[in-house]
Amino acid sequence: MFQEPVIRIQNLSHYYGQGVLRKQILFDINLNIYPGEIVLMTGPSGSGKTTLISLIGALRSAQYGSLNVLGQELVRASQSALVKIRRKAGYIFQAHNLLSFLTAQQNVEMAIKLQAHPRHVERQAQNILKAVGLGHRFHYYPDNLSGGQKQRVAIARALVNMPKLVLADEPTAALDKQSGRDVVEIMQKLAKEQGSTIVLVTHDNRILDIADRIVQIEDGYLFTSDPLQQSAKSLKQSS
Amino acid sequence: MKTRLPIAWLQLKHEKTRLLVAIFGISFAVVLMFMQLGFRSALFESAVGMHSSLQGEIVLISPRSVALIAMKPFTERRLYQAAAVDGVESVSPIYVEPAIWKNPTNPSKTRNIRVYGIKPSDRVFNLPGISENIEFLKQPDVVLFDRGSRKEFGPVVKLFQQNKSVTTEVEVRNITVVGLFQLGVTFGSDGTLVTSDLNFLRIFAERRHSGLIDIGLIKLKPGVEVAPVLATLRAVLPKDVQVLSKQEYKDFEVNYWNGSTPIGFTFTLGVVMGFLVGTIIVYQILYTDVADHLSEYATLKAIGYRDSYFLSLVFQSALILASLGFLPGFAIAWSAYGLTRSSTLLPLFMQVDRSLFVLILTMIMCFISGAIAIRKLQQADPADVL
Repeated sequence: MFQEPVIRIQNLSHYYGQGVLRKQILFDINLNIYPGEIVLMTGPSGSGKTTLISLIGALRSAQYGSLNVLGQELVRASQSALVKIRRKAGYIFQAHNLLSFLTAQQNVEMAIKLQAHPRHVERQAQNILKAVGLGHRFHYYPDNLSGGQKQRVAIARALVNMPKLVLADEPTAALDKQSGRDVVEIMQKLAKEQGSTIVLVTHDNRILDIADRIVQIEDGYLFTSDPLQQSAKSLKQSS
Repeated sequence: MKTRLPIAWLQLKHEKTRLLVAIFGISFAVVLMFMQLGFRSALFESAVGMHSSLQGEIVLISPRSVALIAMKPFTERRLYQAAAVDGVESVSPIYVEPAIWKNPTNPSKTRNIRVYGIKPSDRVFNLPGISENIEFLKQPDVVLFDRGSRKEFGPVVKLFQQNKSVTTEVEVRNITVVGLFQLGVTFGSDGTLVTSDLNFLRIFAERRHSGLIDIGLIKLKPGVEVAPVLATLRAVLPKDVQVLSKQEYKDFEVNYWNGSTPIGFTFTLGVVMGFLVGTIIVYQILYTDVADHLSEYATLKAIGYRDSYFLSLVFQSALILASLGFLPGFAIAWSAYGLTRSSTLLPLFMQVDRSLFVLILTMIMCFISGAIAIRKLQQADPADVL
């Protein structure tokens, strides 16, 4: 517990829109996530969970407060800093976001090519696809894959570069109970093997048991925070 | 970043119908540009058909001559003065006048025809049929007829090939066609005769004894530089005659049609309009193509690809679409040229420099359109474009 957090968020706020239409989405978020944790973010629709995870993944530019991911400060960071974080984190999108004109294998290869010195690109892609149970689907196009299979390709793409941080935005949203379960268990297994940290946004109650910690977001406010603070609080209470 | 996967190509060929529509649209723009450029070029080529055929390096005309359709004659003494200048091998006079031609098979129908008068012993026009038939012009009241004249002059070529001679009236003189040559129509005239200087003066009685000619052709000795002789002639000859190089004479004629008549303006406007329409079509196609794939590009941006990667993707797409659209457009334009040639007799030919110009322009238009479309991706957070 006394390690450097993988994600350190302090007083993070975020706004949408400009001028008269400006709306605050996140209010003063404070959160630390430590290496190896599996953290679930839950909350109703519109609560700001997708916004928060997209800020962490550098898919959005953070402007107010402090957001430190894998040692890089993201608030008002340069383009190249954002690109670095995007490559270091494995992101699984809400809608799998596979490229329709590429096969499963080619979709995964797109991530592999971001490595500094990619080697054995095809083999890397095929290995990870086998690991997610798609060994017979290398050359299938997304149109010919089921929802669960597409999501597994997305997981393969996100994990192939063995990122230290895995961010998943509602990965089970469009899936039935079994597929959803499978998908999350694959993520958990691979991440544990690679020693990665997982942050998972969901409002699927069926998968809450995989979490080390659950944080709740409602109307842009975060409830439940640092386990360190929790321990300190209970220490204080007991004394 | 090297891409082993040809992403741009894979993206394009994944939606075949869309690709075909895009190629069709670009082909159309290509054909449009080829036709407009071609017409304009053919106009200028046809206007200087005779000029290009001149077998000499320097030309004398009156400073009051405007174009072939409005020549003012000048004294032939100037031409013989020029003959004395260093570097000049020979000189030759050319007469030009429009005349009334009676249709041989239907004499009540007449039409304006252009008549050139040249010395049969000189080599003046390098046109197919002239050198072969020039000897015949030593006879009285004979002419050579341009095969490229419009059919409104009568079935002269057919008759000639059947009977070996065609007789009719030019101005008020009976003449006989004793041979054919090839020149072609131009905006100033759609029929031409070539005859000897003596026959010319027989036809145009008012030109006799005047000692006035319309064009003076000057041939230089082999190996002599044109510029110094031009300068000498301009210094030696008085201002009642204009000294031009062959190219300057061609430009002189072209500039008249380009600048002083509605024709030049109309065709230039046609080129501009063609290019505008072509640009708009191409812009629409490329812009829509890139914009529709923007969310896919955004996904790639979100996983860590840089903006420069997408610019190179757009460049590749532009290259592919431009090339694929160019080929059918080129083929269609080629056959359209042939069709136009046979119906209008205008010298409309495909040229390498024009083809390259249209190809490169199409590629540039494609790239700029795509680059404009991709700006949205570059300016926004990937999360907003997904």
